[in-house]
Amino acid sequence: MSNETILKIDNLSVSLPSRADRAFAVEEVSFELYAGEILCIVGESGSGKSMASNAVMGLLPKPHVRPVNGRIMFENQDLLTVSDAEMQKIRGGRIGMIFQEPMTALNPVMKVEDQLDEVFVSHGKYSRAERKQRIIEMLRDVGLPDPEIIGRSYPFALSGGQRQRVMIAMALALEPSVLIADEPTTALDVTTQAQILGLVKDLQEKRGMGVIFITHDFGVVAEIADRVIVMQTGRIVEQGSAEQVLNSPKHPYTQKLIAAVPHLEAVHKSAKEPTPVISVKNLQKTYGGNSGFFGGKGRVVHATRDVNFEIYKGETLGLVGESGSGKSTVGRCLIRLHDADSGQILFDGKDINSLTLKEMMPVRRHIQMIFQDPYASLNPRRKIGDIIVEGPVIHGAVKSEAMKKAGELLELVGLDPSALKRYPHEFSGGQRQRIGIARALAMDPKLLIADEAVSALDVSVQAQVLELLDEIKERLHLSMLFVTHDLRVAAKICDRIAVMRLGEIVEYGETSKVFNNPQHPYTRALLDAVPGKAWEGPQLEEPISA
Amino acid sequence: MFSFLIHRLMILIPTFIGVTLAAFAFIRVIPGDPILVMAGERGITPERHAEMMTAFGFDKPIWEQYFSYIWQLLQGDLGTSIVTKQPVLEEFAALFPATIELSICALIVATVIGIPAGIIAAVKRGSFFDHSLMTLSLTGFSMPIFWWALLLIVFFSGFLGWTPVSGRISVMFYFDSVTGFMLIDSWLSGEEGAFKSALSHLILPSIALGTIPMAVFARQTRSAMLEILNEDFIKTARAKGLSNFRVIVVHAFRNALIPVITVIGLSVGVLLAGAILTETIFSWPGIGKWMVDSIFRRDYPVVQGGLILIAGIVMIINLTVDLCYGLIDPRIRNKR
Repeated sequence: MSNETILKIDNLSVSLPSRADRAFAVEEVSFELYAGEILCIVGESGSGKSMASNAVMGLLPKPHVRPVNGRIMFENQDLLTVSDAEMQKIRGGRIGMIFQEPMTALNPVMKVEDQLDEVFVSHGKYSRAERKQRIIEMLRDVGLPDPEIIGRSYPFALSGGQRQRVMIAMALALEPSVLIADEPTTALDVTTQAQILGLVKDLQEKRGMGVIFITHDFGVVAEIADRVIVMQTGRIVEQGSAEQVLNSPKHPYTQKLIAAVPHLEAVHKSAKEPTPVISVKNLQKTYGGNSGFFGGKGRVVHATRDVNFEIYKGETLGLVGESGSGKSTVGRCLIRLHDADSGQILFDGKDINSLTLKEMMPVRRHIQMIFQDPYASLNPRRKIGDIIVEGPVIHGAVKSEAMKKAGELLELVGLDPSALKRYPHEFSGGQRQRIGIARALAMDPKLLIADEAVSALDVSVQAQVLELLDEIKERLHLSMLFVTHDLRVAAKICDRIAVMRLGEIVEYGETSKVFNNPQHPYTRALLDAVPGKAWEGPQLEEPISA
Repeated sequence: MFSFLIHRLMILIPTFIGVTLAAFAFIRVIPGDPILVMAGERGITPERHAEMMTAFGFDKPIWEQYFSYIWQLLQGDLGTSIVTKQPVLEEFAALFPATIELSICALIVATVIGIPAGIIAAVKRGSFFDHSLMTLSLTGFSMPIFWWALLLIVFFSGFLGWTPVSGRISVMFYFDSVTGFMLIDSWLSGEEGAFKSALSHLILPSIALGTIPMAVFARQTRSAMLEILNEDFIKTARAKGLSNFRVIVVHAFRNALIPVITVIGLSVGVLLAGAILTETIFSWPGIGKWMVDSIFRRDYPVVQGGLILIAGIVMIINLTVDLCYGLIDPRIRNKR
C-alpha cells in the first residue's frame, strides 16, 4: 500500500427524489482511495454505500437520483463534470466494477467471450487476433479452468462462482487502476466466497490496484480490508484502519454493528428432553428423471439421500450446507410441500410421509414454516391481521377470537397490535420477518421450520430476530429446525447441527463439538472458509440494543 | 435443437386434428343448408332437394361425412366448391397472395413503427413522448378497424385525394399474374407507373390493418424493455463503458425480443382475421372476402378448406416463432 491517492471524493452529496424517506442518499461524504489498498465500505441496507460507488461510476439512476454537491477527483479530472463520452472511456477502462448477483449480472443471451470482447471493442483496443488471445489469458488469470470452453459458453452453463470470476475478468480486462466491488460475494456460498475473496486480494496485489469493496459483512471486512469506512443513512460515521475499526470502534453505531455479528463459537447448551418431536429416517428425494412428453430422460438430482435425524422437544437443530446441498428440500419434505420418495418422517409417533393430503391437514398446523424473503412471503394486498388469522380460521377457529390472539402474538414478537390493520408494505424487512414468525405461531405449532429466516436481513436486525426466535422457543417450549448457510448464525442459535453436502448428512452432533472438533473434511473446509474467522471482535461492554 | 424442433412438430398434430373438427362443425352449426341457398328464390322440390343432398353426400351421418373428409384431406384433396365447381385449393392459391401481400405490408408498418416507438418510450420513460405514445396506442388499439379504415379513406382519398379508394391497382394497367403479388408482378411487367399504382393502393389498407398490431407491439416492446433495463446485466454493460446505443440495442433489446416476437406471432392470426374486414372495405380480392362470400353461400367445402388452410398457416408461423425463441435465447435452445 502506498500513499498515492488515486481517487478522492470530496464532500459528495447525492439527492433522492422528493418522495423518498430522506433528502440525500449520500450526504457530505469525503474519502480517499490509495493505490494498492483495499478500502471496505460497510453499512446496512439504505446506508448509501452502493449509491456512493455508483456516483463514482456515473451509474446513478438519473434524473431522480443525482449528485448535487462535491467533487469526485480521478486522474486530475472531476468525474461529476466530465462529458458522457469521457465517462464512457473511464468506465471499464480506468475504473472497473463488479456486482453482487453473478447470476444476473451477465447478459444471458451472449457468449462469455463476446461479452469480454465487447470491452476491448468499445474501448478500441487490440486487433481481432490479439483480443482473442487476451480473452483466454484473462479467463486463465481469474482461475477458470479450460478458458477456451468457458469462453464459448453462455452464462447459464456456469456456476455462480465461475460467473463472478468472469465478471472480475471483465472488470479488469483493461487493467483499471480502481476496482469497485459492490457486495461481490454476498450471493455466493461460503467456500466460493473464500475463493473469490482470495482472488480479488491476489489480483489487487499483483496489479497494485486500489479496490473499493462494499459489503455488509464484518467477517469479509476482517478478511480483506486495509482500511474501513462505516456508513449510516448516507453519512460516514467512522473511518480508519481495519485494525482500529474492527477492534476498537469509536462510534456507537459501529460498536452496535460489530456487537451484532454472531461469533463462530457455539454458545448453546442443549437442554433437550428425551422424547423426539420428529424423527426422520432414511429420507430420500430425487428431482427430475421423469421422461418428457415425448420420451427423453431428464437429469436426475438426488436432493436428499438417506437423511436421518431427530429433533427433541425444546431444541433447535441446525441444518447447514451450501446451496444445492438439499437442506431446503429436507425442510419442505417435513411439511409435505414436497413429497419424499421414500423414508419415514415420524411426528408424534405417526409417519406423516405416508399420510394422504387430507390426513395431513390436521398435522400440518403443528409444523409451521418461516421463510427467507420477508418481502415476498406476505401477500401485499392483505392486511396483517387477515394474513395471521387465515390459517387458524381454516382450521376452525372463530375469526374474532383468532384476531384477538393475533394481536397478542404481535406483541409477543415485539410489534404493536395496531399493525393488524395495516398492509405489509408499511413495514421494514425485520418487522415483516417478525410478522412471518407471528403467522407461524398463530397455529400453535410444535415444530418451527426456519428456512434461511435471517439471511435477507441486515446484521443488527438479524441479531434481533435471532434473539426473538430463541426467546419464543424457550417461552413456548418449541422445537425448531433452522436451515442456514451461515455458520456464524448457526453457532449462535443451534443446539445441535447437521452438516449437509450433496444430499447427505456428513456430520451430525452438538454444535460445540462440531465447531470445535469437526470430524468430516467438508465440515472443516466450511469452517475454514468462514470469512474473518480469526477475528474475535472487541470486548464491548454495551449489549446489543434489541 | 433438433429434438426441440421434433417436440414442437409433434404438438402440431393434435392441434391440427382439433382444427379440422372445429372447421367441420363450425359451418354445419349455422342454420340453412347449401342446396336451399343455391336454389335461391326459385325454390326447389323436396325430391330434387333430396337428390342433390345425396349427390353431395350431405345425407350421410355426420361422423361418416367427417371421416371421408379427413380421408380426402390426407390425400391432399381439400374438395371442390359446390358453387363455382373449382377445387378449393386452386381458388385459395389464386386469392391468397393478395391477402399475404396486404398482411405482410401491414406487419411491416406495425413493426417498423411500433417497435422503435416502444423502445424510445421505455428509454425515455415518463417523458412527453412516452405519455403521448401510450395514449395514442390505446386509441389505436380501441379503434374498430372498419371505422378507422373509413376515416382514412374519407381523409386521404376523399379530402386530400392522395390515395386510391379501393382495389389492388389502377384499371389502366393490365398484365399477367406471375407470382400473384401485385407489387412484384407490376415491377416485372415493366409498365411505367404500374408499380407506383400498386404501392399506392396498398398504403391505406396496410395502415388500417396494421394499426392494432402496431399499438400492441409498441406497448409490449415498452414493457419488455422497461423490465430488461432494470436488470443487473444492463448495469454491467454500462460499467464496461459501452455506448448507450449498444447497451439499449444489443443488450436490452435482444433480451426483450422474446415477448415481442410472441405477440408478433400471435398477431398474424389477428391480421388474417382483420383482413376479412379490411378486404371487404377496400374491395381487396383476397381470401378474407372469399371466405365471407362462401359462408353466405353455405359453400361447405370452401369454408372448411379455407379455415384449415388459414389455421395451418397460423400454426406454421407460430412454430417459426417458437424456433426463433431458440435462436434468440440459448437457455431455451438447450432445454430440449
